[in-house]
Amino acid sequence: MLRTLLSEDFPRSRALTAVVLLIVLGLVLAPFVFPGIRSLNTAATICIFIVLVASYDLLLGYTGIVSFAHTMFFGIGAYGVALSLKAFPASWGAVALGAGAGLVLAMGLALVIGLFALRVQAIFFAMVTLAVASAFLILASQLSGLTGGEDGLTYRVPRELSPALKLVSAKVMDVRLDGRIVSYYLIFGSALVLVLGLLRVVNSPFGRVLQAIRENEFRAEAIGYRTAFYRTAATCLSAGAAALAGVLMALWTKYTGPDTTLSLSIMIDILLMVVIGGMGTIYGAVVGATLFVLAKNYLQVLMASAAETTAGVPLLNELVSPDRWLLWLGILFVLSVYFFPTGIVGRLRGRA
Amino acid sequence: MTATEPPVLRTEELTIRFGGHVAVDRVSCAFDRGTLTAIVGPNGAGKTTYFNLISGQLRSTAGKVVLFGQDITGLTAPRRTRAGIGRAFQLTNLFPNLSVLENVRIAVQARHDTGLDIWSLATRRRELIELAEHHLARTGLLDKMDSVAAELPHGDQRKLEVAVLLALESEVLMFDEPTAGMSVDEVPVVLDLIHQIKADTAKTVLLVEHKMDVVRSLADRIIVLHNGALVADGAPEAVIASDVVQQAYLGTSSASGDGHG
Repeated sequence: MLRTLLSEDFPRSRALTAVVLLIVLGLVLAPFVFPGIRSLNTAATICIFIVLVASYDLLLGYTGIVSFAHTMFFGIGAYGVALSLKAFPASWGAVALGAGAGLVLAMGLALVIGLFALRVQAIFFAMVTLAVASAFLILASQLSGLTGGEDGLTYRVPRELSPALKLVSAKVMDVRLDGRIVSYYLIFGSALVLVLGLLRVVNSPFGRVLQAIRENEFRAEAIGYRTAFYRTAATCLSAGAAALAGVLMALWTKYTGPDTTLSLSIMIDILLMVVIGGMGTIYGAVVGATLFVLAKNYLQVLMASAAETTAGVPLLNELVSPDRWLLWLGILFVLSVYFFPTGIVGRLRGRA
Repeated sequence: MTATEPPVLRTEELTIRFGGHVAVDRVSCAFDRGTLTAIVGPNGAGKTTYFNLISGQLRSTAGKVVLFGQDITGLTAPRRTRAGIGRAFQLTNLFPNLSVLENVRIAVQARHDTGLDIWSLATRRRELIELAEHHLARTGLLDKMDSVAAELPHGDQRKLEVAVLLALESEVLMFDEPTAGMSVDEVPVVLDLIHQIKADTAKTVLLVEHKMDVVRSLADRIIVLHNGALVADGAPEAVIASDVVQQAYLGTSSASGDGHG
């Protein structure tokens, strides 16, 4: 059962198994073990980014395709739901319509980009995706009438997901079981299914062809694989999964704007998460996304307390001031890439 | 050789120009089922380029490639492979970070058209794995199947290259210097394999080889390329003895031909 669920692709290292179990357990129990809006928000963001990063790894780590359009597909999913919930009364039908439209548009666009651009050299493909993604970002920011422009869209979600819903009147472990919790578990469950699905795809015969293309495209062609077809298919699948992550994001935040879904800084975050976690392993996406989101959300808090304790020390106090958190985040990344060139997963599996 | 059967593969006036340089010059040649043809010639004669034109890595400027009576000149490399032309490369050309087994399994999978299967598990397609193991056993690599391809010694990489070719179960097998850079004691393993393939009369084998003793022991026929043109074609002893070969090829290298010319 577990073998099938994990597609026989085990962590293959005790340390990694422990880390992955810890993350999964942490996410399952998050609403009860780490109560509070902020930590629940962090946990949901981690779930969503694990999907987003894993789907990007299907492209970058497994197939060897560099694309900068991943946030565009993420944004298309999010805007699909946002526009649908804006236009229609908040219902599951509207969510399904928006999600379906976003999914179709994302995969269709990926197909077009793939057909036109995957035959050219890798660097040109990367540039094409960057251009298309930038154009899409500008489009979303400018079409204020439709997308709300820079301000984005706020909307209502179905009642079952809103805090107004009370499952039981009593509190469980001091936590009120409201629509927030339902919403969180919807996101957690969807993310789990999507990640296991991606794990299945990369371990299927199809996924093995993608790895062969990454390793040696010339030879993959010579043994009879039409590599342009496989690369396009990988691009579409990856775009579809990113769009679904966008759907989850839209449902969780009840707000969709260019800065939270389409911006290129998110694209860079995704790249960093893939590299830090370890390219070419779905587990890398799980570990990378978790660490990155945690660092982004809690480094400032950590530094604020450090600054307080070192209030008397002149230079050190300046260095650990919460305003410098980006500097420290940067240093952490440089160190992790330097010491774990094959990512944390590669290191834990002992191949680094 | 069955004279009545049409040739499995033939090239008609096959030509490729790179700018002003004619690398392969109007080569017409037919290859029969059950034969092994050695293609010899000095370095730069166009042997590998001729191979690339047949297997589709290069597109010809003029001329045709015909397989089983079908003109395949317009087909891409993967479609030619699927049509029955298998190729082993001169410079080892593997999937470096995948295991030895996976290198062969991925070729078996290509042959059996299961690349589009996105939902079953590669580790559970036993029939594909067993076929891959069979080809590894033939090449003597079975005990190394879990090694990473890039970490194999050079000789084993050459054997793996041959195992990948075997896995394609092609009608036409093309070997481009299969023993290049191998140590003396490893060469017989590969030669034995080619002997076995040759014994299977359903196959058509093309071999580019520098070592004249290898060519002598394996070839049913030799064709000689020189400056891209076909200058001699016939039974091995006759071709080797001919003046044109003595001048064009063997003159530049020793007659026993230890190959590093």
